[in-house]
Amino acid sequence: MDALQQLRSSRDEKHLKALLQSIPYTRFLHIDAELRGDELTMILRYHEDLVGNIMLPAIHGGVIGAFLETAMMIHLAWVSDTDHLPRPIDINIDYLRSGRALDTYARGTVTKHGRRVANVRVEAWQEHRDKPIAAAHGHFRMKDEQGETA
Amino acid sequence: MSESDYLAEIREQRAFMMQHVPHSAAIGMTFVDVEPNAAILMVPYSERLVGNPDTGVIHGGVITSLLDNASGIAVHCHMGERKGMATLDLRIDYMRPATPGEDVYGRAECYKVTNNIAFVRGTAYHLSDGQHLLDDPIATCVASFMITGGPIADWKEMAAQAAGGQLPADQSGGSH
Repeated sequence: MDALQQLRSSRDEKHLKALLQSIPYTRFLHIDAELRGDELTMILRYHEDLVGNIMLPAIHGGVIGAFLETAMMIHLAWVSDTDHLPRPIDINIDYLRSGRALDTYARGTVTKHGRRVANVRVEAWQEHRDKPIAAAHGHFRMKDEQGETA
Repeated sequence: MSESDYLAEIREQRAFMMQHVPHSAAIGMTFVDVEPNAAILMVPYSERLVGNPDTGVIHGGVITSLLDNASGIAVHCHMGERKGMATLDLRIDYMRPATPGEDVYGRAECYKVTNNIAFVRGTAYHLSDGQHLLDDPIATCVASFMITGGPIADWKEMAAQAAGGQLPADQSGGSH
């Protein structure tokens, strides 16, 4: 991926944003990234296409899952020296509060970075960092291996 | 209401709601069918859902939306009535990449409902010659839901409004 190659050579916010813009689905969801010092924050910009419950209204649970998965993937791409996007093996999502019609933020941490597989955790919130709306952990494959399809 | 009447109502209601829930409409999610404890939905392949531009494989998040939605409908099928509920957790195991260009189906089955918790498992897969390839999964999931009894959309009122042209155009699901 060109955008990933460029991110590896110039590790800055501009190239993080460019990577997210190069992926059709993250562009469609309006997922953005901001960098303050070494702290990466992912942002899901609210728009109507994200709504899954028109009564509340609330962001679709699948969108929150997709945002957390993307946050884990981009966080891993950011902290590791990889030439392809880490691929999810499994993802566990805990839904803690409904996602309201607001921007959503997420930050991740790498729990273990092995040679082939990494374990990542991420938490998402809206107005208050100490009131998370969702949390997730997952495993990602870090290396392409011959003969493996997933 | 008999089981077959209830399932017939769910079919009608879900086919309508798929087009009027903004995110479902935006990704082109389509109602396929329901069974007494299960629901099947489909997301058509689309360039905008691609998660890896090098391969054209759709993003895992699309499969999360598909299985989350199918799981919720499966719970309603099992309960025999519509009640407000919230997803507690969802675990997804990715078995293989979805094939670029092919529609993705999701089938979820609710296998247990207690007083206020429902348990679901599901599978995402492709179709081949009209056959549902459930034994060659793209992904599988397990989910649990809390039955909250909270407000649910009055779809009949929405349908009446839509028929009268009173819904805003951007909620009409006409983007696909």
